[in-house]
Amino acid sequence: MSEKIATREAYGKALVDLGKVNEKVVVLDADLSKSTKTATFKKEFPNRFFNMGIAEQNLMGTAAGFATCGKISFASTFAMFASGRAFEIIRNSICYSNLNVKVCATHAGITVGEDGASHQALEDLAIMRAIPNMVVLNPADAVSAKKAVFAMAEYDGPVYSRFGRAAVPVIYDEDMEFEIGKGIEVKEGKDVTIIATGIMVAEALEARELLLKEGIKARVIDIHTIKPIDEEIIIKAAKETGAIVTAEEHNIIGGLGSAVAEVLTENKPVPMKRIGTKDTFGESGKPNELMEKYGLTAAHIAEAVKEVINKK
Amino acid sequence: MAKVDYEKLKNIATEIRKGIIKSINAAGSGHPGGSLSAADILTVLYFYKMKVDPKNPKMEDRDRFVLSKGHAAPVLYATLAEKGFFSKEELLKLRHMGSMLQGHPDMKKVPGIEISTGSLGQGFSCSIGMALAAKLDKKDNRIYALLGDGEVQEGLVWEAAMAAGHYKLDNLTAILDYNGMQIDGKNDEVMTINPIKEKWESFGWYVIEIDGHNFEEIIKAFDKAETIKDKPTMIIAKTIKGKGVSFMENQVGWHGTAPKDEEAEKALKELGGC
Repeated sequence: MSEKIATREAYGKALVDLGKVNEKVVVLDADLSKSTKTATFKKEFPNRFFNMGIAEQNLMGTAAGFATCGKISFASTFAMFASGRAFEIIRNSICYSNLNVKVCATHAGITVGEDGASHQALEDLAIMRAIPNMVVLNPADAVSAKKAVFAMAEYDGPVYSRFGRAAVPVIYDEDMEFEIGKGIEVKEGKDVTIIATGIMVAEALEARELLLKEGIKARVIDIHTIKPIDEEIIIKAAKETGAIVTAEEHNIIGGLGSAVAEVLTENKPVPMKRIGTKDTFGESGKPNELMEKYGLTAAHIAEAVKEVINKK
Repeated sequence: MAKVDYEKLKNIATEIRKGIIKSINAAGSGHPGGSLSAADILTVLYFYKMKVDPKNPKMEDRDRFVLSKGHAAPVLYATLAEKGFFSKEELLKLRHMGSMLQGHPDMKKVPGIEISTGSLGQGFSCSIGMALAAKLDKKDNRIYALLGDGEVQEGLVWEAAMAAGHYKLDNLTAILDYNGMQIDGKNDEVMTINPIKEKWESFGWYVIEIDGHNFEEIIKAFDKAETIKDKPTMIIAKTIKGKGVSFMENQVGWHGTAPKDEEAEKALKELGGC
């Protein structure tokens, strides 16, 4: 886990690879192409790139219009503006008609860092999860982010995918398999399961190492698809390990933790604890400082694990 | 171009108006005012101008119509039925449970509808994507979008207008159904939209002003729009809310009120009977 790459970097590169093999792909951005990394696609395929200016609602509406003409639209902006400002357009123009639009939102979560609370989307997964027809992805590293881009293009319908700004460890090999709706058991374990999403998968793996020193063997599951969520892998983990900790760089309300809790309460209730921001806004700071302050590090996960194990 | 049969267009528009009254009456709710005001414009589009095939609604390279003011769904439904996209009997199921004719247009349910609309500004925004796609694929089909005058108070409309001007979408024609009224009253009282012509011009549009009930003017405007290069065209069509039914004309109250049986009967009588 030495190499670190931001998932947005992988997204930008993957778009170019995808553009080469799929002529239907069009990419739209809202004056953030250098940050969202769609500029790489723009450079390679200028005629299939559309800068819509600082106008996120029209970004989504235009992407929907393209989709009605047989295109696969990748519409990018920061997660805050995609899920927030453009919410209703995504709901009514894209999801209601089940159109082939991929909303690719970068700069999600608290690790946006210094820009502060206004730019730290901590509720996007909850918002997008609540829209019918919407598939919600949150890749953990550069490799899975690239695979997610290709999986999105294969899938016919609306998808929201979250990408991060900060560089995060590469945890997967190039031959990893990314299937929409299928969780990945990254590490085995029998005592407890840590279910993580996005950049928190790396933290979960680190937490597992910490716990091993105390003789606790934690299973680690990467839920890259928040919706539809892999119920099977979650129920199996509950049955086999008897306790669950979820970890997400998102408000504890409405995201991965909520989704997992829904599955567990209806199928196999076990002691559970959610790691996430505690229904609060963030603030300016360095990503690692913020992760520490808002309780999102490996140490916090390990602490939560010990709590749930005691409740078994 | 063959000689235009104005009498025929007039009769078709009357049939569409009857369909509007009948369907909203059967639904018990809906928007007659803004549906009736747009009837002549849709008549020209579907029975004179647009390349569409009711037997093959997804025909490649068809022209596309977007009803951005989705609440005027009854005029679109009545027009599509008149054109033969589906049976006129369907109109009486408007807004009923299980019907394909939803309160606002649903592209997944109704043949001939290009995009689901209802939330104002959205259809127009989608038409930008359609026009860009046609340009990208070097197709010569045209995109038509009908907006309400109240609708242009939405910020999204201007985001889309800016993009259309920027991308020089000369394959896009928008029509403003300018009947001067919205739910809460006259536009001028609720939120002034004027100077409307100058607004569109400043966003890079070629603007034509017409009487939206004069077939000759409507046709001329659409014909002219096809000759404009490097600019989208906005046709500001001055219309009368509730046009064709005397007691509905220019009445704010008929924006979103369904005629009761006796009112519908009276309206249909004015329109020349069932």
